[in-house]
Amino acid sequence: MSDGAGITTPRAAASEPLRRFLQVARGAGLRVSAAEGIDAARALDVIGYADCAVLKDTLGLVLAKTPDEKALYSEAFDLYFKHEAFSGKEAPDDAAASEAGAQQQGNGSSLSELLTEDDRAGLATAMEVAGRDSGIENIRFFTQKNLYARRILVRMGLREVENEVEALRKGETQPGMERAAFLESRVARLRDAVRDFVERNMLLFARGENEQFREDLLKSARLSNIDRRDIERMRVLVRQMAKKLAARYAKTRRRRLRGHLDIRRTLRKNMGWGGIPFVTVWKQKRIEKPRVMVLCDVSGSVAAMSHFLLMFLYALNEALSDIRAFAYSGSLIEVSEILEKEPVEQAIEKIMGTIGFGSSNYGNAFADFEEGWMQFITSKTTVIILGDARGNHNDPRTDILTRLAQRSRRIIWLNPEYRTMWGTGDSDMHRYAPFCNLLTECSTLRQLERAVGDMLEAAS
Amino acid sequence: MQNAQKKNTVAKPLQSIEEVDAGLSATGYIASRPISTAIYLAHHLQKPILVEGPAGVGKTELAKSVAAWLKLPLIRMQCYEGLDESKALYEWKYGKQLLYTQILKDKVGSVIGESDNLAVALDKLHAFGDIFFSRNFLEPRPLLRALEQPGGAVLLIDEIDKSDQEFEAFLLEILSDYQVTVPEIGTVTAQVPPIVLLTSNSTRDLGDALKRRCLHLHIGFPDEKLEARIIASRVPGIDARLLKQLVSFVQQLRALDLKKLPSVSETIDWAKVMVLLHTSVLEVAIVRDTLNVLLKFEADIEAADKQLAGLTHKAQREAGIV
Repeated sequence: MSDGAGITTPRAAASEPLRRFLQVARGAGLRVSAAEGIDAARALDVIGYADCAVLKDTLGLVLAKTPDEKALYSEAFDLYFKHEAFSGKEAPDDAAASEAGAQQQGNGSSLSELLTEDDRAGLATAMEVAGRDSGIENIRFFTQKNLYARRILVRMGLREVENEVEALRKGETQPGMERAAFLESRVARLRDAVRDFVERNMLLFARGENEQFREDLLKSARLSNIDRRDIERMRVLVRQMAKKLAARYAKTRRRRLRGHLDIRRTLRKNMGWGGIPFVTVWKQKRIEKPRVMVLCDVSGSVAAMSHFLLMFLYALNEALSDIRAFAYSGSLIEVSEILEKEPVEQAIEKIMGTIGFGSSNYGNAFADFEEGWMQFITSKTTVIILGDARGNHNDPRTDILTRLAQRSRRIIWLNPEYRTMWGTGDSDMHRYAPFCNLLTECSTLRQLERAVGDMLEAAS
Repeated sequence: MQNAQKKNTVAKPLQSIEEVDAGLSATGYIASRPISTAIYLAHHLQKPILVEGPAGVGKTELAKSVAAWLKLPLIRMQCYEGLDESKALYEWKYGKQLLYTQILKDKVGSVIGESDNLAVALDKLHAFGDIFFSRNFLEPRPLLRALEQPGGAVLLIDEIDKSDQEFEAFLLEILSDYQVTVPEIGTVTAQVPPIVLLTSNSTRDLGDALKRRCLHLHIGFPDEKLEARIIASRVPGIDARLLKQLVSFVQQLRALDLKKLPSVSETIDWAKVMVLLHTSVLEVAIVRDTLNVLLKFEADIEAADKQLAGLTHKAQREAGIV
């Protein structure tokens, strides 16, 4: 056993069940690198396959590296090894299992015999082997289920059984007919079992990828078109994205100012050399987290977008030092308090209830903002305005935006409309554009992520 | 070579997972199976363990217990923002260097002798080598000390998530090869690789490179049975019925929506308090008075206070008192 700890010679030859399990784990959404695969093989050399619980702990230690991954891993492990155990063996040692199965099949216990004897273990093994041979691990879409079920049945020798049944029918003898009916009923049962088997395998191998596919789709779908049933999934996605961005930008970082000597710290550092400055320490500049004021249009079509922006910003609050949120349509109110007290989802509904879905008047909303909150804007504040800039032909009050631009650090305008629509009809986008440091189309989750990422990037 | 040496020293007590389990419980640390498996694997694969989990579930304690069990020195390094090489790896003893140069000042003349030109004098000095940058003037910090222990060691790198990302990168060489490079001296390789435990409270995501090199052990809150065993081992002489009530109460408390859930260390403290107060039955009044041992936020105490009667009653019922 202690030989398994051979440090310099990692055993690359992962045994067959392990290799398949790694594939399953990747399918379930775990990020398993090649190095971790090798580690898993080495760990198994030490541990062995004897105890299922220990096996689970071991692979969990090596493969799953976050609590989320642990949960995914545990699920995948249970699914995979339950399914292995089903074939009559507990976690088969290596390829021997499939060889044994093949031999059994080769040894002449044909499908019809297996069916007659109702040899469940034999059938399960044959099914497993046929599954492997027909490359079941490549299954991706549910439309392929019948295809794979058919392939497996054929490999198991369904044709011979069908021929046999037909021959018996042609014989038209009483016992022959009975046998035919008997075989047919058994075949029907086998079909169900195989379909089950394929379904389980699809769950094993394709689920992670299907999830991924769906998420990709959602990330690039226009937020105003998102289906109600996908909202929950979107929330999860938003949280994930925000977490990723927060992890990248959450720490206050320092940047060295080259050329400005920090005399105090230089002296301290060089005390060992009697104060002769061998090592210089430069002054550092702290990079502040951005303070954000966000103005959200909650009228009509922009509402969906506002919803997600607010969710995003509040999920991101580790990376921001201070968020104040305002909602406007005809007039403008501060909504920070509602957002802080209640979970974002409910808060947003409440905000929409109070002020949402009116006809927008940008001039009016800006005037409200200037009156109440302009004084709080400092040179460190980033102002994010989310809106389609359609003010229903009211005075756009660009003068207020001028003053806002002068006072604040940056103005970012996110417009959910297509760029080609800007400036058409009652859109004042081009009038506002000169005052914005960043003006971008933002209608999908991916664009939103990029816009917020840019904001954090610019702050550092 | 390395393997053979290791077997002589620490391999003996690490023959099986059960043995790890027994060894740890002998030091008073009741380990769940994943924990013992992790220690066993860490030794045999020579990989560090990254231990994550909420505060107070015994991450640091694990390292201490392993050290106590294997009778190895525990070398602990607490991480914090701004931790750098000179604090973690080594530092030159500047003071000593300075003092020695002062003392040796007078001797320089006799060493150089009667050389009349600079080149000859320098040659003579060069013959002495880097005396001031040798091992005698090196102050080893935790990481170097851990590598230099002749019989192996348990190295605890505590709260790695508090350190900077650069420091994490700096650790990689040590974690994968058990060696460090000191420019003036060369590469120091561990004779016996230490057992390395890194702990993290997940205040930030650690880099993939670091995670890949480690076994990842997540210690969560223990279930009722395990917690009872832990308390029994840490608070000897506790009444069995009291123990049952305590554990049941804390387990219920963890199901509430609290800002900070009570951890194992808090349960142990609370059990000690109860033993000191000679309590045998958990009454609402006494729980209310001592709740601040378990809960550390005012809001949490308020939230739990409303449900105390129900919780204590259920705890009593489960212990078979009512």
